[in-house]
Amino acid sequence: MTVWADALIEGVLLGGLYALFAAGLSLIFGIMRLVNLAHGDLIVFGAFVILTITAWLGLDPFAATLAALPIMFALGFALQYFLLNRTLGRELLPPLLVTFGLSIIIENGLLEFFSADSQRLRAGAIEIASVPLGHDIAIGVVPMLTLASAIGIILALNLVFYRTSLGRAFRATSDDLEIAQLMGIDNPRIFSVAMGLAFIVVTIAALYLGMRANFDPTVGPARLLYAFEAVIVGGLGSFWGTLAGGMIIGVAQTIGAQIDPEWQILAGHLAFLAVLVLKPRGLFPRATD
Amino acid sequence: MALLETRGLTAFYGDFQALYSIDTIVEAGETVAIIGANGAGKSTYLKAIAGLISGLPDSIRFDGLPIGALPAAEIMKRGIALVPEGRRLFPSLTVEENLLIGRWGRAAAGPWSLERIYALFPALRARRNSASTTLSGGEQQMTAIGRALISNPRLLLCDEISLGLAPIVIRNLYEALPRIKAEGTSVVLVEQDIVQATKVSDRIYCFQEGRLSLAGRPAELSREQIHLAYFGT
Repeated sequence: MTVWADALIEGVLLGGLYALFAAGLSLIFGIMRLVNLAHGDLIVFGAFVILTITAWLGLDPFAATLAALPIMFALGFALQYFLLNRTLGRELLPPLLVTFGLSIIIENGLLEFFSADSQRLRAGAIEIASVPLGHDIAIGVVPMLTLASAIGIILALNLVFYRTSLGRAFRATSDDLEIAQLMGIDNPRIFSVAMGLAFIVVTIAALYLGMRANFDPTVGPARLLYAFEAVIVGGLGSFWGTLAGGMIIGVAQTIGAQIDPEWQILAGHLAFLAVLVLKPRGLFPRATD
Repeated sequence: MALLETRGLTAFYGDFQALYSIDTIVEAGETVAIIGANGAGKSTYLKAIAGLISGLPDSIRFDGLPIGALPAAEIMKRGIALVPEGRRLFPSLTVEENLLIGRWGRAAAGPWSLERIYALFPALRARRNSASTTLSGGEQQMTAIGRALISNPRLLLCDEISLGLAPIVIRNLYEALPRIKAEGTSVVLVEQDIVQATKVSDRIYCFQEGRLSLAGRPAELSREQIHLAYFGT
């Protein structure tokens, strides 16, 4: 009994990480219908940025992440403003091809700069700290922080989307690009701000990716896959749905691993397929799509 | 100097020419009606002014400055607001959010505020937190007009505000026009209903197959003239 409860808790916590991977993807797709195939590699890139800051300034990973946030926001803004905005239009293919190319460039650039060695963000004692929960079960502090950050990010994104004028502009632009321009909304700029925000989320995801396990420049695409699955299971455009989607994939993986370690990844994909069959639009689809 | 002047305005959809050399003027404070049959180019004319179709800089002058090649967001900031055909409210925004988004690019001081718009269209106040998709057609049109007014534009462009609405609702909407005009806002109305158009306007332009077929003041134009300009032979 305990092992199953343990697997369930572990899966929910893992879901927090997947939700962090997915939230940025969900944000970008929701606003500008851009499927960012470089998202996984951008998370890995973020992890290397944090790593570099810890090495240069001798900061711990949390402080280094804080330092990385403005840099990453600016990078995201510039990427959208100077490159990705040019790919948006009626055609779906150009942004797919460009972000696919970007994914390859980032991965190979990181290999060139940082080599293929495994890296890790070292946070000291907190990495192995845990809180006992009843007998036989203990919850790691880092996984708990991961889930708490995922919930915090999703709360914050919902707040921005539904309680600020910037969020109004995001939703208006997503609804009707032409009419949004009639409101004086400068959509290339709005899209760039959105990408900047997505990069903030990416950076926080990168922190937990790097603290949880080893990473190297080639692990991005697998992260992208889990992120996609979480977004689609949750329903496009819904942040809470993305969190639920992440948890479903996470729980399926840990339960699968409990049955047989070889089943971990497969079980996640099977859960994804099952949701697609039962609810093709995801669990919490937006009404207006 | 006229507030708005088009000179030799042309517009294309790909290879198809929708407007041929349109010369029009709108003086400050005037209400101008654009009439004509379906496909005459009336909506295209408004879209060109609002910047949704871009053309030669000098073909449209606003306040004496060329705006024909500016993007829509920039034109809105200068004080031209469009109430688009078919309302086009933002479905994921509430009624009040739809109104508020109207002043994103231009928050000019002026007579129109959220409060004044609710006073103009009292029906909207009760629905302020409803999704815009749940409104009746008339309420949606009120919201679309309010969304354009809230930026305190100098020129308000209205594209077929009576389209698909019941006569009593249309009358309500048209009763708001004199109050908008009284605040000094100039208005260009695209309208298929000639009676309605001649009643409220200071100047009429009639379009036919992309060309200007008649121009003048309502009092100076006979029914026969308008009829001929509207339908052709």
